[in-house]
Amino acid sequence: MTTFPLVALAGNPNAGKSAMFNALTGARQKVGNYPGVTVERHSGRLSLSDGRPIELIDLPGAYSLDPSSPDEQVTHDVVMGKQEGERLPDAIVVVIDAANLENHLRFTLQLIELGLPVVVALNMMDMAERDGLTLDAEILSRDLGVPVVPTVAVRKRGVDALKDAIGTAVTGGNLRKVEPGHGEGDDYDRVLVRERARDYARRAIIDEKPARRWNRRIDAVLLHPLAGPLILFALLFVMFQAVFTWSEAPIGWIEGAQEWLAGTAAAALPDGFIRSFLIDGVITGVGSVVVFLPQILILFAFILMLEATGYMTRAAFLMDRLMSRFGLSGSSFIPLLSSFACAIPGIMATRTIADPKDRLTTILIAPLMTCSARLPVYAIIIAAFIPNTTVGPGIGQQGLVLFGLYIAGIVGAMFASLVLRRTVARGESGTFIMEMPKYQWPSLRDIVIGLWQRAMIFLKRAGTIIFVVTIALWALLSFPQVPEGSDQTQSEYSVAGRVADGLHVVMAPIGFNEEISLALIPAMAAREVAVAALATTYSIDETDEAQAEQSLTERLQSRWSLPTALAFLAWFVFAPQCLSTIAVTKRETNGWKWPAFMLSYLFALAYIAAGITYWTATALGL
Amino acid sequence: MKLDDLPMRRVARIAAIDWPLLPPADAKRLRNLGFDEGVAIEKLHRAPLGRDPIACRVGRMTVAIRRAHAIAITVAVDGEAEAA
Repeated sequence: MTTFPLVALAGNPNAGKSAMFNALTGARQKVGNYPGVTVERHSGRLSLSDGRPIELIDLPGAYSLDPSSPDEQVTHDVVMGKQEGERLPDAIVVVIDAANLENHLRFTLQLIELGLPVVVALNMMDMAERDGLTLDAEILSRDLGVPVVPTVAVRKRGVDALKDAIGTAVTGGNLRKVEPGHGEGDDYDRVLVRERARDYARRAIIDEKPARRWNRRIDAVLLHPLAGPLILFALLFVMFQAVFTWSEAPIGWIEGAQEWLAGTAAAALPDGFIRSFLIDGVITGVGSVVVFLPQILILFAFILMLEATGYMTRAAFLMDRLMSRFGLSGSSFIPLLSSFACAIPGIMATRTIADPKDRLTTILIAPLMTCSARLPVYAIIIAAFIPNTTVGPGIGQQGLVLFGLYIAGIVGAMFASLVLRRTVARGESGTFIMEMPKYQWPSLRDIVIGLWQRAMIFLKRAGTIIFVVTIALWALLSFPQVPEGSDQTQSEYSVAGRVADGLHVVMAPIGFNEEISLALIPAMAAREVAVAALATTYSIDETDEAQAEQSLTERLQSRWSLPTALAFLAWFVFAPQCLSTIAVTKRETNGWKWPAFMLSYLFALAYIAAGITYWTATALGL
Repeated sequence: MKLDDLPMRRVARIAAIDWPLLPPADAKRLRNLGFDEGVAIEKLHRAPLGRDPIACRVGRMTVAIRRAHAIAITVAVDGEAEAA
């Protein structure tokens, strides 16, 4: 097997490294994982102008070769050739912010000391010019002893020149001898590197004019003590509104396609197990989950935009004080906001939290943020049981209930954090130190690539875990077949029905019927499967044509009481999380202790919340 | 003067940082973000509710820190030099 030269992209956080990676590789990217750690490995193919292929990897952002997080450890290990499953790169491309040379040159100097061929991408040249800086890449190149290419990654400027420089570097352009012991950095080295970085920066900046300070002006508004929080709140409000209103049309298309598929399959196949398997198992089960793709993508689009523009750190700044009241810090805001899309990227994002106790608390409460997988569950129950009326101008009752469920999750998380910080995660109050990058208009390409990756991850989940679980459930529900003349339904008579019978004993006090007890089991694999499970269960029980025409909504209305439906919603606010969340928690906390703790406290909360809801609603005569 | 006492938007220079006063992880992070003796610093924004944290320009970067950190940083105002 021929292997292509391996080139690693390194640099400080906020240097525009990921944008550069997108500009160099386009859509030809693979997202994987480094063995043993949850650090994502982004790799892609790059073709040089002469056609030679290069394998490019995007290393996690790092400030130095003295690692202080799992991300920085991976960067350190890869460039030192110590990372398991990764060969030593043939060259390193260091992406640095042209407007922030003093800081970014420190890491650059450490990387150059390693002795591998290095190319420096002097990135964000447009921002430096906007700041009134005139830089001389040649002077910098002479000082550093490596090629320096001015670039603007988000506008794809300088990318061809960078490719040429990479081509020269991998053919042994500027190989230097490795000096052992360097890069690891003792105190003397640190001061020396700092002095050199300052010196080189001073020489590379040949002119500096006072510039209009756009950033400060924007910050003066967005961080204003009064306007700032209002704008943040408005943004979040628009974001959650958009998730529902913008998704209506695409959801309709997916439903249409699903109906067409089911109709075609029904017409083409004779009645029997194959047909039931395809329609009730595959199309109904998987389709009921895929239908939420538009909402998930809209939510991710907002989060990616907020991150790419630089606003996310401002939001963290505004929220820090409030979150410190609950024993957290502003650093927890970004992971928790991401958890509204999915707890997995949210929990992975906690790596940026420096304080270990802060980080642990954030991981433990992340599943309380209403993730997009819960939307299918909420949406179907709300549609079935909450009247679609307005309670005020532009405020629908259904939307209000949904908003209430989100708030319930947030309040639950705050309460949990307060308790956790005084018990299992007791410690000094956390800290908050965060770089606030310059505002930047994100490129559409970067957002689209980010969304594409998220969509693929979701569809793979739907295609694998959810698919398998749904099929397994269909099988458990279909066998053994109910004998003719029995007064039991097929789902009651089946293997799954008998298991649910046992579970129902525990669940009956909080108002859960057998179908719910049954749906909760596969919902452990992924929450949204609860909907698919209910759909499959009811679909299998339908014998006559008229009933089969009913939608899941109508079926729920005829079989569930209102207190049961409300208890079901309350259960899912605190819902026992999906297996993937447990798995990622295990990896991030290095053991079974915390995932086990998380599972039990969330189960307890869910049971109590559902119980209180059910008993209250019943007492009120709902 | 401590950074915490520095008036808003007054340009100063970091004269000394009392590193032992800071948790080691915080100290390292501040160093990584360019906090060091001799660097220009300016307080730009204060968060709502309790005016904590604060956003500072450090060198060419904007960094948010808590006032607990600002107490460990001694600054010297050097007049007109940077006032532009």
